[in-house]
Amino acid sequence: MTSTEVLLSGPRILPAAGLDGDFWATQSENLLFGAVAIVVFLIIVVLVMYGADLIKGRFREKITLVVLIAPVLFLLGVGLIWPALDTTWLSFNTVTDAPDPDTGIYTTSMQFAGLDNYRFALSDSSTLRTILNTFVWMILVPLLSTGFGLAYAVFIDKAKGEKVLKSLVFMPMAISLVGASVIWGNIMYDYQQVGEQTGMLNALRSLVGLDPYNFLADDPLNTFWLIIILVWIQTGFAMVILSAAIKGVPAELNEAASLDGANAWQRFRSITIPSIRSTIVVVLTTITIMALKVYDIVRTVTQGRNSTDIVANRMYVLSFVEGRESLGAALAVILFVFVVPIVIYNVRSLNKVKETR
Amino acid sequence: MSTSMQPPVQQPLKEGKDRAGKATSRSKKAKENLTSPWATAAAIVIAMVWTIPTIALFMNALIPGDRYRTDPWWSVMADGELTFENFNYVLFDSFGDSASSPPLLANVMNSIVVTVPSVVFPVVLALMAAYAFAWIPFRGSNFLFVLIFALQVVPLQLALIPLLRILGPENLGLAGEFGGVWIAHTIFALPLCVFLLHNFVSHIPREVLEAARVDGASHTQVFFRIIIPLSLPAIASIAIFQFLWVWNDLLVSAVFGSNSTYPLTYPISNLAGDYGQYAYLVPPAAFISMIIPLIVFFSLQRYFVRGLLAGSTKG
Repeated sequence: MTSTEVLLSGPRILPAAGLDGDFWATQSENLLFGAVAIVVFLIIVVLVMYGADLIKGRFREKITLVVLIAPVLFLLGVGLIWPALDTTWLSFNTVTDAPDPDTGIYTTSMQFAGLDNYRFALSDSSTLRTILNTFVWMILVPLLSTGFGLAYAVFIDKAKGEKVLKSLVFMPMAISLVGASVIWGNIMYDYQQVGEQTGMLNALRSLVGLDPYNFLADDPLNTFWLIIILVWIQTGFAMVILSAAIKGVPAELNEAASLDGANAWQRFRSITIPSIRSTIVVVLTTITIMALKVYDIVRTVTQGRNSTDIVANRMYVLSFVEGRESLGAALAVILFVFVVPIVIYNVRSLNKVKETR
Repeated sequence: MSTSMQPPVQQPLKEGKDRAGKATSRSKKAKENLTSPWATAAAIVIAMVWTIPTIALFMNALIPGDRYRTDPWWSVMADGELTFENFNYVLFDSFGDSASSPPLLANVMNSIVVTVPSVVFPVVLALMAAYAFAWIPFRGSNFLFVLIFALQVVPLQLALIPLLRILGPENLGLAGEFGGVWIAHTIFALPLCVFLLHNFVSHIPREVLEAARVDGASHTQVFFRIIIPLSLPAIASIAIFQFLWVWNDLLVSAVFGSNSTYPLTYPISNLAGDYGQYAYLVPPAAFISMIIPLIVFFSLQRYFVRGLLAGSTKG
C-alpha cells in the first residue's frame, strides 16, 4: 500500500494489523520465562545461603559474608563502576566506524583524541545550547517543585480532607514521564494553526480572547513549558516529604509564637522553615539529580526540536541513533560533572550522621 | 540522596498518631490563623492544575479519529460522539503510524514481563547486602557502603554504552532480550535499594539479633528467620517504588530492549511526537499505560509514601 492510499482511506478503513496468530503462544512463553527466572533466582539464593551455612569451622562466617555482599558488589562493579570509567575513557577518544579497504567489512577503531570531544561539545553552538538548557532544567525544576510543594503542604496542613488533597497533587508521581509528556505535549500545549483550538490551554486563551500560542515552538520559553511537565510530577514528591517534616515540627513552638502575637507568615519564616531546612535540602538535591537525568520528556514532546534539547537526550541520540559514541560519552561525563558537588555534599552529610551515631 | 538513619517505617505512622493526640483547642486556634482565604484559594488552584490535565487526557482518549484534529473534546461530547472504541482499537487492532502497526497488547504484556523480575532481583540482592553492611563488621565495610551510597547519584547515562557492550552480542548476548533488560534494571536499582534497606535493617533492635546469635544461629539463619520477616514493611515500600520506576521507565528499555521486549512507554513515546492522522491513538494508549501504576498507587499509597520518606527525611 502506498502512502497516498493511507492518506485517502483514513485510519479505520484499512484492515488493522490485529494480534498475530501465535500472539498468546509468545506471550505465555514470555510470562513463563519471567516466572521461571524469578523462581530459579530465589532457589539459587536460598541454596547458596544454606550451602554457605553447611561449612563447618571458622570460615563459615566469612563465606556467608561473601555470599551476602558479593552479588551486589559484582553487579555494581561490572555494571556501573567499570562502565562509568570506560565511558570516561571513551570520551577522550574518537571512534571511527569505517569499511576496511580490502574486505569491505565495517570495523570500529578507537583513537586517542585528548580533549577533542569536549572541545567540540563546548564550541558547537547547538551542543552548547543543549548544555545551557540542561543547566536551566537543573536550576528551575528543583526550585519550582519545592516551592509549589512547600506552599501546598503548608496551605493544606490540617485542612479538612488533607489526605485527598494530598493524593491529588501526589498522583502524577505514579504516571510515567512519557504519560505526563503526552498529557502536556499533546493535550495541554496543543496548538492548531487554523480552526478551533483543541488544546486545553489554547482553548482557554481563545475563551478570553487571546490569540493561540504555539507553546512548543516559542524558543526560548518552550524549554520552560517542558520544565513545567517535570515540575508537575515532582511537586507531589516535594509536597509529601515536606508535609511529613512540617508535621514533625513541635506544635508547642507554633503555639508559643502565636501567643506572642506572631502571624502565620512570621511563624512560617521563623519556625517552620528553620525546623525543616535539612529536609528542604534533601528534597532540592534529589530533584536536581532527577532533573539532570530525565530524557523522556524532551524525547517524547519535541525530540529536541526548536532548541529544546538537553544533554540526557542528546547523549542518547548521539550514542544510540547517530553512532557518535565518543561524543555521547563526553556529554555523559559532562552530566556527571554537574552532579559531583551533590555527591560530595551527600557523602559528607552521611559521614557526619555516622559519626554522631 | 539522603542521610536518614531513622527507622524508616515507624516514623510517619508515629508522627500521625502524635498529631492526632495533640489536636487540643489551643492548637485549633493556631490552625485558624494559618488558613487564610488566600491560602485556601491557592491550594484549590494548585489542586486543580494538578488534576485537570489527567482528566483532559481521558476525555481526549474518547474522541473518534475523524474528529480528533479538528474538534476539542467538549464539542465532541456535546454531539454525544465520545467513544471507548479507541481503547479497543489501540489494544487489539493497531497502534502506530500506520494501520499495519502491531497493537499495544504486546507492549502491555512486555511491561509486565520486564517489571516483575526487575523488582524481585534488586530487592532480594540489596536486602542481603544491607544485612551484611548493617550487622556484620568487616574491613572496608564503611568505605564500600559510602561508595554504594554515592553511586545513587551517578547518572545512568554514564554506564549505558559499556554496559550495552557487555550485554551485547559479542559478550553475553542478552541485549534486546528480557534477560538484558532485567540485569540493567537490577544494576541501576541496587544503590538506592541497598541504602534504603540498610536504613531499615540497621534499626532492628540489637537485642533481637544478639539473642539469636547467642543461641547459636548463623548469619544465614538470622537472615531468613529474623531479617526478612521484620523487614517486610520496608520491602513492600521499596518494591512498590521500584515497580513504578521500572513500569514507567523509558531509557533503560530503549537502550537494552528490542521490538520483542519494548514496554508501553516506548511505542507511546515514538508516536507522541507524530502529529499525523494517527495522533488520536496517543491519548488512549497513554491512559492505558497509566492504569496499572494508578491502581498500585491508590491502593498502596501508604507504603509508597513510607518508602519515599525513608529515602528522604532526615532523622
